[in-house]
Amino acid sequence: MTLRKYLVLAGITVFSPIGDALLARGMKEVGGISLHNLHSLILAILNPWVAGGILLLLAFFASYMSALSWADLTYVLPATSLGYVLVALIAHFGFHEAISPTRWLGIALITAGVGFVAAGPSVTTARPPRLHHDPVSQEAEL
Amino acid sequence: MKDAYAWLAIGLITLAAATGDVLLAYSMKRVGDVHELLQRRGLLAVIARVLMTPTFFLGLGAMAVAFYSLLFGLSWGNLSLVVPASASLTFVANAFAARIFLHEHVGRRRWIAAFLVAGGVLLMAV
Repeated sequence: MTLRKYLVLAGITVFSPIGDALLARGMKEVGGISLHNLHSLILAILNPWVAGGILLLLAFFASYMSALSWADLTYVLPATSLGYVLVALIAHFGFHEAISPTRWLGIALITAGVGFVAAGPSVTTARPPRLHHDPVSQEAEL
Repeated sequence: MKDAYAWLAIGLITLAAATGDVLLAYSMKRVGDVHELLQRRGLLAVIARVLMTPTFFLGLGAMAVAFYSLLFGLSWGNLSLVVPASASLTFVANAFAARIFLHEHVGRRRWIAAFLVAGGVLLMAV
């Protein structure tokens, strides 16, 4: 694992919760959308908060795809689940929301899970089996 | 009846999200290490190779099904039930699916991690 790969995992962890938070903030400004004003859903992307949220979620998806290209799914998902903890901490310290003891226990469990998986290898598989007439693997062989 | 619909949606989200994750992971393993590809061939080659992988689009489709199942679930159940229940079940379902379909070696360390994170996500909703 290189520093660059750790940065990609950190990107997945951070981009998704912050992107969701920006979308939520933007959609509150845009207001409720019903079947009668569906066009507002399209115009919503003009809201800077919504646009920022979409950009961050695109960055999340690119980082997620990148991580899956060099690490196992069962490594990437737990290793990046600190995003749930991040949301709770932002809510607590940024918006002064109360966190119950049960939620602190949840935070502790997630953090322990991340520690468990991050201490192990990031990849355990050999090259995946090739499909017949698979253009991608045929190109890779050339 | 509302509860039955909410749990039906949770089941659908879990199934579709795990399917999507497995298909996307499978696709990206076939594409190869994106960092190496970027250095050797450039960004356009990476994008082209991803777009040439049919399972990538199947994965995206499954993710779209998961998203609409989430919307369906939220219309019947509470946010505090649907989101954490489906997220934690998806963690465990992914561990099973990755072992069966991706042949990942899900050892004791990863099982413990999956269950710790799944339990933690559930507790965060309480």
